[in-house]
Amino acid sequence: MVNPGHGRGPDSGTAAGGSNSDPFPANLRVLVVDDDPTCLMILERMLMTCLYRVTKCNRAEIALSLLRKNKNGFDIVISDVHMPDMDGFKLLEHVGLEMDLPVIMMSADDSKSVVLKGVTHGAVDYLIKPVRIEALKNIWQHVVRKKRNEWNVSEHSGGSIEDTGGDRDRQQQHREDADNNSSSVNEGNGRSSRKRKEEEVDDQGDDKEDSSSLKKPRVVWSVELHQQFVAAVNQLGVDKAVPKKILEMMNVPGLTRENVASHLQKYRIYLRRLGGVSQHQGNMNHSFMTGQDQSFGPLSSLNGFDLQSLAVTGQLPPQSLAQLQAAGLGRPTLAKPGMSVSPLVDQRSIFNFENPKIRFGDGHGQTMNNGNLLHGVPTGSHMRVRPGQNVQSSGMMLPVADQLPRGGPSMLPSLGQQPILSSSVSRRSDLTGALAVRNSIPETNSRVLPTTHSVFNNFPADLPRSSFPLASAPGISVPVSVSYQEEVNSSDAKGGSSAATAGFGNPSYDIFNDFPQHQQHNKNISNKLNDWDLRNMGLVFSSNQDAATATATAAFSTSEAYSSSSTQRKRRETDATVVGEHGQNLQSPSRNLYHLNHVFMDGGSVRVKSERVAETVTCPPANTLFHEQYNQEDLMSAFLKQEGIPSVDNEFEFDGYSIDNIQV
Amino acid sequence: MQRQVALIKQSLFDQGYLDEQFMELEELQDDANPNFVEEVSALYFKDSARLINNIDQALERGTFDFNRLDSYMHQFKGSSTSIGASKVKAECTTFREYCRAGNAEGCLRTFQQLKKEHSTLRKKLEHYFQLARQAGPKETARRPK
Repeated sequence: MVNPGHGRGPDSGTAAGGSNSDPFPANLRVLVVDDDPTCLMILERMLMTCLYRVTKCNRAEIALSLLRKNKNGFDIVISDVHMPDMDGFKLLEHVGLEMDLPVIMMSADDSKSVVLKGVTHGAVDYLIKPVRIEALKNIWQHVVRKKRNEWNVSEHSGGSIEDTGGDRDRQQQHREDADNNSSSVNEGNGRSSRKRKEEEVDDQGDDKEDSSSLKKPRVVWSVELHQQFVAAVNQLGVDKAVPKKILEMMNVPGLTRENVASHLQKYRIYLRRLGGVSQHQGNMNHSFMTGQDQSFGPLSSLNGFDLQSLAVTGQLPPQSLAQLQAAGLGRPTLAKPGMSVSPLVDQRSIFNFENPKIRFGDGHGQTMNNGNLLHGVPTGSHMRVRPGQNVQSSGMMLPVADQLPRGGPSMLPSLGQQPILSSSVSRRSDLTGALAVRNSIPETNSRVLPTTHSVFNNFPADLPRSSFPLASAPGISVPVSVSYQEEVNSSDAKGGSSAATAGFGNPSYDIFNDFPQHQQHNKNISNKLNDWDLRNMGLVFSSNQDAATATATAAFSTSEAYSSSSTQRKRRETDATVVGEHGQNLQSPSRNLYHLNHVFMDGGSVRVKSERVAETVTCPPANTLFHEQYNQEDLMSAFLKQEGIPSVDNEFEFDGYSIDNIQV
Repeated sequence: MQRQVALIKQSLFDQGYLDEQFMELEELQDDANPNFVEEVSALYFKDSARLINNIDQALERGTFDFNRLDSYMHQFKGSSTSIGASKVKAECTTFREYCRAGNAEGCLRTFQQLKKEHSTLRKKLEHYFQLARQAGPKETARRPK
């Protein structure tokens, strides 16, 4: 199936590469993530029996770090839904955004809402435990399908021949292989692709994407690349951005429109999740944004970028690292996204702070120096994430504007508008303010990871980064960051490994893992990585290239977090930078919530303010996206309720975001 | 001897201690992994003992954080399901229902029951594996295909 030269096909792992149609499914590189060691062992055995190459992982952060480190090292990921350190859906989101790998969810829970959630989050399949080997035998189809679809996307995008010329080659090859090997599953695709192939058959001459011709190497969305992407999108307008124009604006050699298209798709999903909560707040944000744009702009972009980069892959340039650090710092408080869902959350004082700090650093505009970061970063003492904490006061979040010393101050003012986080932050407490900005704090708190999520650090400064630039639409908080945040946060919760959050890709994750409690679980995964010191978030980041990416990702998550982080209040630090995530995702799936919280919380400075902010955040509840404190339970149920809604964002007026609208 | 082992295993199924999932596990066992099932069982009991401990502590605290308990139990149920421990799984389900209903007493009662089932199963399986090893692991452990 995969092109011989293709680095990523199922057989890419094998030296054979090429079309060994017979053993095609063999050697598929699978990454399995499950906190239950029994299940993990059984799955491993089963997958090996299917002749797949299995890597086990019992912690989501470790999984992400593995994925980040080996960008093309895996073909498919199987993850459990309920994991203590991170919600499986969040992991799913991250993987989708950063690595674009097919992810299969599994759980003993077969309730429709959860399965639906899997679908809306983009899982390619959902398995009910106990998993039988027969179900695993066919997972290779998802890998193939995805590849085909990716090619198709490029072909369909618009029409410019040259863009797809190269793709066409690949596609043809792919198609051929696929036809050989694929089972009936792919027949449909084969037909359509065949047709396409004929149409475009003459276009081969394109060299633009020579990198992608003949094989589609996975594009690594580094921090800079993502920043460029976000900048282009913002310039065009989030809902009006089309891959072709974005590509032109970015002007990156070797980047194909399909790369952009798929990335845009993900980005939109992300934003949607983020903004779901704060739909209405979007309005507020607008005004806010305009005013503050300048200040935030850089910040938000930063955040966004950071996250993005994080997501991408560890390739974090030094600045990103800084950003990450900042983010990471801020985030740590964020409770682990996953936590909220599962009561198991250890009360790690995830919040140790750091989140707020990080965000601030971002505000400064791109250079999140560690210095800045730390500056803002509250010593974490504040952020104690208490499960029960409901950061009700949106004030937490918003005040950020003023408070954030660092860059982002602009955000704060706007906070007033959006109640933002306060309500949602309930769990995360970290809502440090930035959220306010976007009033998108709709936060759906669903997730409220009780312990760790530091509610969005509202650091306005920080948030702006992610939220602003990313989405021209006010409500659009950088979803990316959000997710990142979550991760970070979650880890923070764990141990405040905020650093970990930043460096998604890397070792930072270790930080997450460090939680002693989980240590025992890490039988498979050496906890060596756990050297997370929350405080060293910055350090961590720097050490890990990935950290940079993590930050970027965090940035994204932050924005998301904000919007959804209502629950995240835990951290209370929220300077109320209510990240009004552009209203998009209020509803962001619980996943987002986690993120948001984390991310925002980082603004170290945010944190400081948050305390004040908490009181002051007076974002007009108009949009209170965040629903008043969501307790864990509430969040969960709220979230689940949302899940029930086909398009979570229904209630929020998305700024025309919807995956379907992706204009290619 | 082998027959004895087979009979014991059969009885475990008949009595509902184990279900088809256990059979699936046995199928995964082969020459390269002759003790797979036993290893998985050992892992399960070790991990579930930890979970039981956590739940015990949580219950002792008397605060009855149902969400947390439910989450623990979800994990427990997942493991038990994977190994085919059907009685234990049933108790998990009951426990979760009580959690959702906020019935503390029901939870306590069910938990006691669950612990009992768990320990019974453990003993039975240990006995079974012991015999199986004596009888010759491959033959006995493998389910007739």
